[in-house]
Amino acid sequence: MRESGNGETVYHAKQGPEGSLLTIEDFSLWYSGKQALFDVSMQVEKGFVTALIGPSGCGKSTLLRAINRMNDLIAGLRTRGRILLGDTDIYNPSVDVIALRKAMGMVFQKPNPFPMSIAANVIYPLRVDGVRDKSILRETVERALRQAALWDEVKDRLQDNALGLSGGQQQRLCIARAIAADPDVLLMDEPCSALDPVATGKIEDLIDDLRGRYTIIIVTHNMQQAARVSDNTAFMYLGALIECGETSTIFTNPKVKKTMEYVTGRFG
Amino acid sequence: MSANPKSAADEFDNRVGPPPRRSHAASPQETTEPVRAPEKGEEERPPLTPARKRPYAWDFRAAGEPFVWSMGGALVIGILMIIGFLIFVVYNGILTFYPEPLYVVKLKDNKQIAGEFFRAEVYKLEPEALKGLPENVRKEIADQKGFANRNLYRIGNFDLYNEDFRWTPTHDIVETSTPKDMFFVERVEWGPFIGRITKLDLNGQIIQGSDVNMATLDQAVAQATKRRARIRQIERSEMGEVNHHLEKGRLGLRKVALSRGEESPEYRSAKDEYEAKAEKWRARHEELAREAESIKERDGKYTITLAEVNGQEKQLKLSDIVRLYPANRLTVTEKLHIYLSRWWEFLSQEPREANTEGGVMPAIFGTFCMTALLALAVAPFGVVAALYLREYAKQGRVVSLVRICVNNLAGVPSIVYGIFGLGFFAYLVGGSIDQLFFPERLPSPTFGTGGLLWASLTLALLTVPVVIVATEEALAAVPQSMREGSLACGASKWQTIKHIVLPRAMPGIMTGLILAMARGAQEVAPLMLVGVVKIAPELPIDGIFPYLHLERSFMHLGFHIYDVGFQSRNSEAARPMVYVTTLLLIGMVLALNAASIVVRNRLKKKFLAGHF
Repeated sequence: MRESGNGETVYHAKQGPEGSLLTIEDFSLWYSGKQALFDVSMQVEKGFVTALIGPSGCGKSTLLRAINRMNDLIAGLRTRGRILLGDTDIYNPSVDVIALRKAMGMVFQKPNPFPMSIAANVIYPLRVDGVRDKSILRETVERALRQAALWDEVKDRLQDNALGLSGGQQQRLCIARAIAADPDVLLMDEPCSALDPVATGKIEDLIDDLRGRYTIIIVTHNMQQAARVSDNTAFMYLGALIECGETSTIFTNPKVKKTMEYVTGRFG
Repeated sequence: MSANPKSAADEFDNRVGPPPRRSHAASPQETTEPVRAPEKGEEERPPLTPARKRPYAWDFRAAGEPFVWSMGGALVIGILMIIGFLIFVVYNGILTFYPEPLYVVKLKDNKQIAGEFFRAEVYKLEPEALKGLPENVRKEIADQKGFANRNLYRIGNFDLYNEDFRWTPTHDIVETSTPKDMFFVERVEWGPFIGRITKLDLNGQIIQGSDVNMATLDQAVAQATKRRARIRQIERSEMGEVNHHLEKGRLGLRKVALSRGEESPEYRSAKDEYEAKAEKWRARHEELAREAESIKERDGKYTITLAEVNGQEKQLKLSDIVRLYPANRLTVTEKLHIYLSRWWEFLSQEPREANTEGGVMPAIFGTFCMTALLALAVAPFGVVAALYLREYAKQGRVVSLVRICVNNLAGVPSIVYGIFGLGFFAYLVGGSIDQLFFPERLPSPTFGTGGLLWASLTLALLTVPVVIVATEEALAAVPQSMREGSLACGASKWQTIKHIVLPRAMPGIMTGLILAMARGAQEVAPLMLVGVVKIAPELPIDGIFPYLHLERSFMHLGFHIYDVGFQSRNSEAARPMVYVTTLLLIGMVLALNAASIVVRNRLKKKFLAGHF
């Protein structure tokens, strides 16, 4: 087993049958002069669930938010390296960040449904895209809510305010919203951290259902969760990607000592 | 500050000798062998702090009890002052319109006075005045250390007495009675008449005072009121409309004269046209005047003769009477009816008698129009400015500076805004508008003087900081997660603001807006410069195109209070009116504030319902 700290990533990720969708190449990121990511390189396989794990402050959320450029909101941000979606560098100045975000859905730590009806929440991405066709919108509401395993619970009260749902339902609604516009990538930033175990179980089942249909990247603090839902797992520490590999290997037989210490709960 | 006296004393002692605590702790190690040698591997630990005497008694200063009491006291004083003021205003305002009994007071010099009892007072007599008094009265006054009582009666009949009120020392009163035949007559002019009916002349049908029954009288007064209303309608609206057309024609002609010159053929043809039209309008004017005259002539035949308490007679046209009632034989129901009809008159009629009588409808209307226009102007301005400051501007020193300036703007004395409004809006902007669009009306200004529009804009300027601050706070309170959620859906910043941020901030924005309206509605000082008048001849909205006349001056409740209370002929007579108007204004502002609370709670329920 290797010690960490030589700056290199130990890489043994499982290859997907359809190849990779996202390629991160030597990606570094600074928040107003303070470096948060150090030369991260990895590939995200198409149709796989990729988990990002690591102790607090290791940069996994930063990496996730770099993928749909949510970090752009922060003043004084600087990046180096490339993130390729297909063969487009998303940090290329010619890329429209709004169009980019339309290709990616995102689910946040805390459920953040908008203060409008359940249906209006689901079709929000289509609405801002200018879709006005009633039949398309109605179909989308049903498809997205079915995919998010929420349809049966809310089909009779689609016009009710979304804020009246329970926390777990709200989070599934946010997932429905994230997949309403049929994105290429679904980014999940600790989607279960504000939920109780039952709701967490439902979300995990849902992620399992969505596997194959969407390429999912999930940030989680919960190692069991990562082990349960993901195909590949990336372990990050202090802004660097330490080890990225097949989930079963990472959790049973990691190649780096630091990874083993983390997954066995020695620190974190 | 919470250090107790004991430890403070300890500290003082420490300066001289070694601190007792440390020396006590250290002494065993220094002098004797350690009780137990540290075992292998066990780190040497500092010894436990030995028990020392702690004062467990209640510490007066630390508990802060006096502060709690003074805080509570300050609150209670503040609340008592507000409640006391409100009770005072409400009590006086509510009782103003209730009919009072009429007293006839017989005085020692055999004269009588009649009137409503207004208030009593203790006063100090001059020594000269004392000399003329009988012995027993002097003794009584001497017993009261030179003070005597006097009553104030509202005696009315200003046209006969030249005063509305009279002070009467109680020692001059021989007898007080409430005769059933005394009438309280509210007139269109000269204030109330208090006296008896001697004769009623209904177009030649003469009824003597003792035979007048209330039903006939009420019917006759109602008919007379209709005649008065008809005359008024002819003179004010119908002839007013004719005058408006004549003036419009004249101005149109003048416009042609100004643009083409008086020698041009256009002017000549326009003049011919105008003359033809004017002829028609003048004929109509004549016709209306004749109609009014005939009604007036008929009206003059319906008269009532009244006698004041000492027998002096006065003849009145029935149409000069607003309301009359036999004050001392009213039942409670009748009194309530009069009370309510007075309230109705107050709310729905125009003022009479230099604002001290009648209603305040034009003032309510003016206040309402001004506040509505103010809201229309201030809402978009304030919200847009706050949106830029909070959402788009780069947060830094400049934005902080702007924010401080905005907050300070709210503290500028309102009269300064009035001066600015007069100088900038009325004279500069309004003057330019007059030059450009209404040259034919010059030199009399149209927009170039105070008016509804300029008053509203001035107050909008005054209240825009309130809206900006409230909006900014509301925007800042929208959780970042909402914005991120929207942006992650592929919404642009503007779409996020439009669909997510603004609706979510709406309760706060509405609250700020309504508070700004309440602030604007009660402001008086700047209005005195930019368009409020004592009596506005016309309402800002009427049936003549363009219906809403932004350039007109208007009446305002706040200014009405000032005018009635401090600028009127007889402040004593106006006092009840001041109370009622104050009550009304406080009620309006209260209603606005209550509305803001309701709106906020409603919207809150809509946008912030059930988190988990």
